[in-house]
Amino acid sequence: MTTATTAADRTAAPARGPATMAQALNRALRDSLAADPAVHVMGEDVGTLGGVFRITDGLTAEFGEDRCTDTPLAEAGILGAAVGMAMYGLRPVVEMQFDAFAYPAFEQLVSHVARMRNRTRGALPLPITVRIPYGGGIGGVEHHSDSSEAYYLHTPGLHVVTPATVEDAYGLLRAAIASDDPVIFLEPKRLYWSKADWSPQEPSDVAPIGRAVVRRPGRTATLITYGPSLPVCLEAAEAAQEEGWDLGVVDLRSLVPFDEETVAAAVRGTGRAVVVHESSSFGGAGAEIAARVTERCFHHLEAPVLRVAGFDIPYPPPMLERHHLPGVDRILDAVGRLQWEEG
Amino acid sequence: MTVLDTPAWRPRADAAPLLPDPEPYRLLGTPAAADLDPALLSRLYGQLVRGRRYNRQATALTRQGRLAVYPSSTGQEACEIAAALALRPHDWLFPSYRDTLAVIARGVDPVEALTLLRGDWHTGYDPREHRVAPLSTPLATQLPHAVGLAHAARLSGDPVAALALVGDGGTSEGDFHEALNFAAVWRAPVVFLVQNNGFAISVPLDKQTAAPTLAHKAVGYGMPGRLVDGNDVAAVHQVLTEALERAREGGGPTLVEAVTYRIDAHTNADDATRYREESEVAAWRAHDPVELLERELTGRGLLDDAGRQRAMDEAEAMAADLRERMHEDPPLDPMELFAHVYAEPTPQLREQAAQLRAELAAERQS
Repeated sequence: MTTATTAADRTAAPARGPATMAQALNRALRDSLAADPAVHVMGEDVGTLGGVFRITDGLTAEFGEDRCTDTPLAEAGILGAAVGMAMYGLRPVVEMQFDAFAYPAFEQLVSHVARMRNRTRGALPLPITVRIPYGGGIGGVEHHSDSSEAYYLHTPGLHVVTPATVEDAYGLLRAAIASDDPVIFLEPKRLYWSKADWSPQEPSDVAPIGRAVVRRPGRTATLITYGPSLPVCLEAAEAAQEEGWDLGVVDLRSLVPFDEETVAAAVRGTGRAVVVHESSSFGGAGAEIAARVTERCFHHLEAPVLRVAGFDIPYPPPMLERHHLPGVDRILDAVGRLQWEEG
Repeated sequence: MTVLDTPAWRPRADAAPLLPDPEPYRLLGTPAAADLDPALLSRLYGQLVRGRRYNRQATALTRQGRLAVYPSSTGQEACEIAAALALRPHDWLFPSYRDTLAVIARGVDPVEALTLLRGDWHTGYDPREHRVAPLSTPLATQLPHAVGLAHAARLSGDPVAALALVGDGGTSEGDFHEALNFAAVWRAPVVFLVQNNGFAISVPLDKQTAAPTLAHKAVGYGMPGRLVDGNDVAAVHQVLTEALERAREGGGPTLVEAVTYRIDAHTNADDATRYREESEVAAWRAHDPVELLERELTGRGLLDDAGRQRAMDEAEAMAADLRERMHEDPPLDPMELFAHVYAEPTPQLREQAAQLRAELAAERQS
């Protein structure tokens, strides 16, 4: 079918060479749909349009409307229907169009998706992946830039995963869809168009859920981060060299399960840590991470674990968002406050 | 030519055939009842008598401290029994918390059905075994599940239908709306049975809706609405059987409103005298689902005193067995709290499990 080829070519990732995160995600969905007839993609505008971010581009043309389905515009209904589909043995992959549009589905998520395995003593696991574009930095107007991870990671029964690189976008999404547990798959939308040399991994080589990775080894302090803040942290680590600081950067990739071992090992090596994320500070992921690092590494710490995060305010309008989002300077300020000895 | 004459807009369906009949459909006591299968009526009767006894026994178990709470379906047995018996083995039932009677009538062990209300776990039965979803406490949230399951069955080419139960209060929830809309758009093989028992705990229906009847809500979604006397077990059974058959054959969903009454309070913890008159309850007692069927069976010579006694004896045996087994303390394993959170426990859960294990060991030593 000509239209199919044309549609698929728009977003399809090349076999190797530079690809965007959007292309890698699209490829992961395609490969999952092709590998397992139980996989069904569903959401608002995911069909003919290919999703507002084009992550599902070409999938309906290639796999048909029954495998990649435009649903009515109702997030609780989408996720609730996915629960029933999973009960029947399917493996739904749900797209929530934007972070802040996912809230109507919250009751289904908390009351059913997260606890169905538990309440049925393991009889009804729900292999559902909920893809949510999240975070700011794209100039979105109100309700288009929330970092909602804290709501999800506070809900036992959910895995919460977020890629920060093109390769992880593919690998973690394949792993999420293959998981027998529900996975909240948070896609940093400002990294959708980030590019890297890449070729899709074999399913056996994809990143397992629950493993953090050291993106940059360092000797003097450790930045702990995930998703949209990884490039900012890498940039800060680069800039810190001028100050004589050798900063390490850990990319969590998965908030639940949380890879304490990798994080604690990195912090023990430096004795200083800063957690960096976009979402509000109070009661956020950083609070949990800082507490755990302190519990695990107290005798190795030279300074309190600090957090660099968004302010505790409703997400600001686009013309002001740069003041809210953690940037290189705010990260370096925090590093500067890590009780360095004078002279 | 106005914009409304362009192909951009046209009505999708004729609303008239979707409208419910103005009077609730009845069979018992009408000439049409003569065509009903005596074997089916006998089965329905046995189950109704058993169901009434079950409600009484479960309520007694709350007073004995053996159940944390029990929302009785006394007065609504016809809906519960008809729902369970209208299903075929491969169909699925999606109950709400007041529907343990439908759950046991479907074949689930009564003790397992009461696990939620006893409180030793949440769901006591394997939903796949009898194709009964977990009892759902958050109102109407199980309805989209029924739609999704029915949709999946249709995609798989299986002649399977889902029957979702909800109350009149549940029709106000957003999930009711979303489920009916998805069902109609997808032509999912699902039937929604609203048991309109008059109250959402204490709030009467006229504070819940301004719709002519709840069955009328179907029209807005493009599915047929049926109104049925919810105390006429033969009528409910027939309406549900037809709707399920239509669903399995690809005809799409149906909304059925069964008009009934909650004779008991909301639960054993509720005081219904605060919000309704005894005269209203008495009026509904005169339209009792068990007596309606008894009158029909007796009139047609299908039931005598011996038959009635036999049904009561069978119900009594069920109650005695339930009583005996519910008086045993359920086995509790605190370590099971960690067993079903994920396929594999997270490192943090392993730590917490070790903590509880140590606490249990310390308890045993003290």
